[in-house]
Amino acid sequence: MSLNKLLATGLLLSVLGVSAQAQALVYCSEGSPEGFDPALYTAGTTFDASSHPIYNRLVEFKVGTTETIPGLAESWEVSDDGKTVTFKLRKGVKFHSNDMFTPTRDFNADDVIFSFDRQGNPENPYHTVSGGTWEYFGGMSMPDLIDRIEKVDDYTVAFHLTRPEAPFIANMAMDFASIVSKEYADAMLAAGTPEMLNQAPIGTGPFKFQAYQKDAVIRYVRNDDYWGDNAKVENLIFAITPDASVRYQKVQAGECHVMAYPNPADVQAMKDAEDIVVMEQEGLNVGYLAYNTQMPPFDNPKVRKALNMAIDKQAIIDVVFQGSGQIAKNPIPPTMWSYNDEIQDDPYDPEAAKAALEAEGITDLSMKIWAMPVQRPYNPNARRMAELMQEDFAKIGVDVEIVSYEWGEYLERSKAKDRDGAVLLGWTGDNGDPDNFLAVLLGCDGVEKSNRAQWCNEEFDALIQKAKVLSSQEEREELYKQAQVIFKEQAPWATIAHSVVYMTMRPEVEGYVVHPLGGHIFNQVGLKQ
Amino acid sequence: MLNYVLARLLTFIPTFIGVTLVSFSFIRALPGDPIQVMAGERGISEERYAELAAQFGYDRPIYVQYWDYLTGVLQGDLGVSFVTKRPVWDEFFSLFPATLELSICAMIFAVALGLPAGVIAAVNRGKFFDRALMSTALVGYSMPIFWWALLLIIVFSGNLQWTPVSGRIGLQYYFPDPTGFMLIDSLASGQKGAFLSAVRHLILPTIVLGTIPLAVIARQTRSAMLEVLGEDYIRTARAKGLTPARINGIHALRNALIPVVTVIGLSVGTLLAGAILTETIFSWPGIGKWMVDSIFRRDYPVVQGGLLLVAVLVMVVNLIVDMLYGLINPKIRKR
Repeated sequence: MSLNKLLATGLLLSVLGVSAQAQALVYCSEGSPEGFDPALYTAGTTFDASSHPIYNRLVEFKVGTTETIPGLAESWEVSDDGKTVTFKLRKGVKFHSNDMFTPTRDFNADDVIFSFDRQGNPENPYHTVSGGTWEYFGGMSMPDLIDRIEKVDDYTVAFHLTRPEAPFIANMAMDFASIVSKEYADAMLAAGTPEMLNQAPIGTGPFKFQAYQKDAVIRYVRNDDYWGDNAKVENLIFAITPDASVRYQKVQAGECHVMAYPNPADVQAMKDAEDIVVMEQEGLNVGYLAYNTQMPPFDNPKVRKALNMAIDKQAIIDVVFQGSGQIAKNPIPPTMWSYNDEIQDDPYDPEAAKAALEAEGITDLSMKIWAMPVQRPYNPNARRMAELMQEDFAKIGVDVEIVSYEWGEYLERSKAKDRDGAVLLGWTGDNGDPDNFLAVLLGCDGVEKSNRAQWCNEEFDALIQKAKVLSSQEEREELYKQAQVIFKEQAPWATIAHSVVYMTMRPEVEGYVVHPLGGHIFNQVGLKQ
Repeated sequence: MLNYVLARLLTFIPTFIGVTLVSFSFIRALPGDPIQVMAGERGISEERYAELAAQFGYDRPIYVQYWDYLTGVLQGDLGVSFVTKRPVWDEFFSLFPATLELSICAMIFAVALGLPAGVIAAVNRGKFFDRALMSTALVGYSMPIFWWALLLIIVFSGNLQWTPVSGRIGLQYYFPDPTGFMLIDSLASGQKGAFLSAVRHLILPTIVLGTIPLAVIARQTRSAMLEVLGEDYIRTARAKGLTPARINGIHALRNALIPVVTVIGLSVGTLLAGAILTETIFSWPGIGKWMVDSIFRRDYPVVQGGLLLVAVLVMVVNLIVDMLYGLINPKIRKR
């Protein structure tokens, strides 16, 4: 067949309209998962494809909130000293099966212990399988925190901790805490193919893994034996489509129902289009400029406050975020509990800023602003943002030099206590707990690490340390609100923006909820006939 | 001929070692390292860093690492991806058929249109067709692939709905892929409509990837033909009263083919470079996107393994092109 004939036949067929999508929900995802064992990886793309459809955790986040609800654990109890958390496990939960494996028993305590032991115990045969680096397990300080895990009986597991830690329950709802089948792991180890745990996943979740073609498509089928509410659609397909404009074309053409991460520039056109639905929510993140509070003159809070007043944040939202952002006044995003909405943001007032600097005897100030070399959700274009700040600061007589390094270098060098200049950076929340922002980014323990402002304020630190060990959320909330007041007075950062997350979908999609923790979850999503 | 091939194969050895050196040092010359990139904003403790560096094996002196890499390569072991933890070899061969299938189609498209276009332009030198064709070729050659692809998608997939937007085959088709070549696998699957779906998915990426080689081939064919058409033996052939079709098609074209074949051979490199963008836009699961992602993630084994395999491929294609010279022109064979 000549090429021309081929072309002609192809065109003819498409005119005739060959398309069939029987009861399958197609999601145009932005990239390939690194694998299917969520504990091994850190990327949201991987979690979308693994932890949400395939697995469950002891505790789950209620979709659309950062609230924790029972998952594979029906209930839990925290001991009076806060150091023992006992989970009562759900009975009758079935693991999936595949060509290589059919479970002979229901989910029980052994699976829970195995899921964590392989991450923390170097003696566990699965510790090094698939090059296990267990980033999140380490990142959430689990090795220091978990003293031991005890099987009380088949359906009761006690976590003995080295210290009381309120966010522990929320941590158990994170992706790395997904529960895998010990029976499957043992079978694969015996068969000499332990990497199958990662490549052909078996979980308890609402969808069963069916097939994966790298960079092309992932297929799932509904798990009809699911312990919770069954998924609404029979098949779930991820059509991997890296380019955002192409994803939008696919939604328009009906080749997929839902797409992630539209181009901010396209959002307005999408909202105007009749047959397209756009949902939005503030992302669980914050973009900030961290001064080095240990270096003069930035060790003076009044200087930092003055500089904050010189930044035109609205211009940044318009230019850098192209509208898909929201001005940040607090170090935590508004969707997070304990967000202190009573706090007033520093007004944009170059005159007052200039006067405030002069009052501190500062003239001819010159400083560096570090601009990240990469695009992140909380900062789509750091170089541009730095340039806008450069202009803003020039108006109050502050001379700015913009510097940048390769991303790994940038992260490393910006940790230095004697760093010269203020750093643009940000953070995306992991577990919906304020501790995950305030302690990690602003606590004294984070100095020379994740606390890029090198800011150690005793009053602030005492509040967040106290909040960390209380189990009552109300009491914690009060402490975090006070901490935000101190933060605002002391101004270790200029808080800049929270991004807005958009989801684009076709009108026949029912029940989609934008999840503040960033995952794309399809358990409850259906299609109108 | 056999001696010639053997002699050429011998020259592969230094080139091969050179490529391993370049691919090994290229990615390491970039600042930053995979562990820091992996850790991101969260950062990583020094102990953990040391542990991972030991696990990845790059805490050792650089020459030891190179030696291990080289001995591994000679034993057919390209290492394991830092990110997916899968062998580089497996990943490459699961993705490569997609790239190859698209490249072959693009090349067929470019040659099938470029060669006749060049011949016709040369024969009609200076006339309207020639000028129109050469200006179009210039536009085609300078076209930004990204823009061209999106334009085609918006017009043919979006507005006209003649072709699918992206992917290799309709999602309703699901079958095993023993060869990785969608055209073959879809035929073998016996599923109704699968083959045609695969063909329809190939149309736009083929055009996009084939556009630059098409322009290059058309221009090269034209200039080579013009040169040959001025030769004495063509005048003789004309004087003998041969038909223009015979003169242009056989006497002129065959002699004009040598530079054209060279260009086609060199286009393989261009195709692989173009595949990076084309694959990204059309969600085509090939090696182009895979390698770019690995550069950003500083996934050393994938970058060095992928570069090496691509380089070997280009070397083999060049060898084939050299052998084709012999077929086209006996003078080269005898030399």
